[in-house]
Amino acid sequence: MALLQIAEPGQSANPHEHKLAIGIDLGTTNSLVASVRSGEAKVLPDSQGRFSLPSVVHYGADRSVTVGFDAKTNAEHDPENTIVSVKRFLGRGLADIQSTYGKLPYIFVEKENKLSLLTSQGEKNPIEVSAEILYVLKQQAESTLGGDLVGAVITVPAHFDDAQRQGTKDAAQLAGINVLRLINEPTAAAVAYGLDSGQEGIVAIYDLGGGTFDISILRLNKGVFEVLSTGGDTALGGDDFDSKIVESILAKAGIDTELSAKSLRKLADLGCKIKEQLSDIDSVDYEIEIESETTPQKISGSFSKQDFENSIADLVKSTLRSCRRALKDADVEKDQVLEVVMVGGSTRVPFVREQVKAFFDKEPLTSIDPDQVVAIGASIQADLLAGNKPDSDMLLLDVTPLSLGLETMGGLVEKVIPRNTTIPVARAQEFTTYKDGQTMMAIHVLQGERELVDDCRSLARFVLKDIPPLTAGIAVIRVTFNIDADGLLSVTALEKSTGVESSIQVKPSYGLEQFEIADMIKSSMTNAKEDIQARMLREQQVDAIRMMEALDAAMTESPELLLDDDQLAIEQAIGKLKLATKGTDGQAIKHAIKFLDDTSQPFAARRMENSIKVALTGHSVDKV
Amino acid sequence: MRFFDLFELPVSFQIDSDLLLERYREIQKKVHPDNHANASDNEKLLSVQRASEVNDAYETLKKPLNRAEYMVSEHGFDVRHEQHTIRDGVFLMQQMELREELEELESASDIEAAFDRFYADIKKLMTEYTTKFESEFEQGSYELAADAVRKLRFIYKLKDEAQQIEEKLLDF
Repeated sequence: MALLQIAEPGQSANPHEHKLAIGIDLGTTNSLVASVRSGEAKVLPDSQGRFSLPSVVHYGADRSVTVGFDAKTNAEHDPENTIVSVKRFLGRGLADIQSTYGKLPYIFVEKENKLSLLTSQGEKNPIEVSAEILYVLKQQAESTLGGDLVGAVITVPAHFDDAQRQGTKDAAQLAGINVLRLINEPTAAAVAYGLDSGQEGIVAIYDLGGGTFDISILRLNKGVFEVLSTGGDTALGGDDFDSKIVESILAKAGIDTELSAKSLRKLADLGCKIKEQLSDIDSVDYEIEIESETTPQKISGSFSKQDFENSIADLVKSTLRSCRRALKDADVEKDQVLEVVMVGGSTRVPFVREQVKAFFDKEPLTSIDPDQVVAIGASIQADLLAGNKPDSDMLLLDVTPLSLGLETMGGLVEKVIPRNTTIPVARAQEFTTYKDGQTMMAIHVLQGERELVDDCRSLARFVLKDIPPLTAGIAVIRVTFNIDADGLLSVTALEKSTGVESSIQVKPSYGLEQFEIADMIKSSMTNAKEDIQARMLREQQVDAIRMMEALDAAMTESPELLLDDDQLAIEQAIGKLKLATKGTDGQAIKHAIKFLDDTSQPFAARRMENSIKVALTGHSVDKV
Repeated sequence: MRFFDLFELPVSFQIDSDLLLERYREIQKKVHPDNHANASDNEKLLSVQRASEVNDAYETLKKPLNRAEYMVSEHGFDVRHEQHTIRDGVFLMQQMELREELEELESASDIEAAFDRFYADIKKLMTEYTTKFESEFEQGSYELAADAVRKLRFIYKLKDEAQQIEEKLLDF
């Protein structure tokens, strides 16, 4: 059935052609991009052969935006306008940031639950700053791979909450990246290792990066990567090791006064350098000039490995506590763990390795570069999602890291979805009115493990209106939580007797509204070169082609599920879409896509149900 | 029953968990959104919905208490969401005694051993009421089967609480 003959430049009408897809590890300190080429997953270097891009963005007074190594060199002399480790601010409020990270050299502005950093180019939201990094990685990939990308898999720490995940996805959208999936960093690492070794059994992934710590327990079986539990800390990483060194140096020098932004930056860099050197030598001498209450002051001394280990012992211990909890949540004993995989730059610290080894009583695996393993795993998943491996048996089954619930009477949280529930998931809970004639109900969505509202993270609030005025306790309000495969939440509330519905895609506090993203795309510096209209048109055309290809493949694969009426209707809808795709009206293409989608819906549904039957009868013994 | 049918398993509390897991994986390999990443919006939605249902069905059948709750709920006894008080005085007295025992565990000389004994007691009760549930269910006495499940809920909750206390005491 030859349905398609559309070939755009750079696109092929051949559905079996290799599609370009990338995996991005958007890290706290460094970011990487990888892709599968000729069957091999590799990190893509920049034009100078460097594999990782420092996650640093500099906003120059001359309206220039630099990212990466060039930006990093500005950190010391222009600290306020050089945003380092922006990932720590995603989906976070000012109070959060100040209580977790203490003194930082930035000017934060918080308005109506939205946080930005004031730079020489005005206010920049952490999502915009992250988008700058993603944009550079996308450009780097496109120039290396030589073509348009169908999309990217972007990794996030497993412990990221909904606000942080949504922030990451919004940043990708700003950067013009089609997000195939958000996946958890440890899961990505497991994919990179699992496919390498082909092992089956329980695996623990210990992932200590620049700013976050994750532990995931997975079960590997016949290509299925099933996450059993996950845990960690979104605010614990190598940056904190650096801070501990700085604290210790300042304490030794007896300095407890306010320091300038420049001095803070210098000290942070010093802390990082000392940490790195202590991996190889036993003691480091340092000398640094800082400004304390505007008076320059020189401090010097030596910092030993023992000093370092003493100062980070509590942090490392707290990661091991998370490991114990994750094992317990997975209902797995330590000795059932087949392998322990080390991920993230901070697992280079010998003390960390020793402690992890002692805890699991097993030599941890470090055969894949701990800095690259996440990006590599993400690229393997991206290759699969792009449709380059139709016969692959691989499947990732991930979980939601934190419990989700609703506020009930007395400031308590009623859990609707407990942590470590496999996603995607849909769960409903029913509530009732507590006053006679009550016509509205406030719904407050929370994330976290604690029982009190104040101890959990507030994700969103919305109001269900037009409840029919009834006696208290009669109206039944059904609140449904849906978590999709990206781990993102949407919530709907429905009054059952009248069917009054209120739904929101949870746009958490500190996130962006869709129109804000659209505005930012229009005004953004990085995208000014591109014609927005052309970009939209192009996206619609790519969507149209992708859809026609997929449908063509489906019709060829299961013609028996195609009823006569369907076939005719679908072919007509395809004809319309083909015609629209030849034009330049993006809106017309969009409508034609929607029309084809609706027309082919019954066929798609039949295919889905049939696939389940085939999956079972193929293996069922009682059925011949 | 829908969930048992989905995995083509007989409706029974005794379940072949390996077979359940194997069939769960096979079905997810087909319906999971990762296998429909290039599909149309409608198909993507269909896939998320189907995968969510399959996850829910698996989760429900996998854990004994969830499975029992589901089996009686299909016969009209929604023990999970009902406001129902247990009137069995002997059972309630036993629960109170167990709770008192739990509170005293903290001061035991060998905490781990004390908890192990406590868990053994709980396990005995679980077996007792699980057996009761199964036989009542098989005889079609769903009211009595539901009653056993309500009691099982109490016992499982007690076990969870005991584990939380143990965790705190042993500095997990």
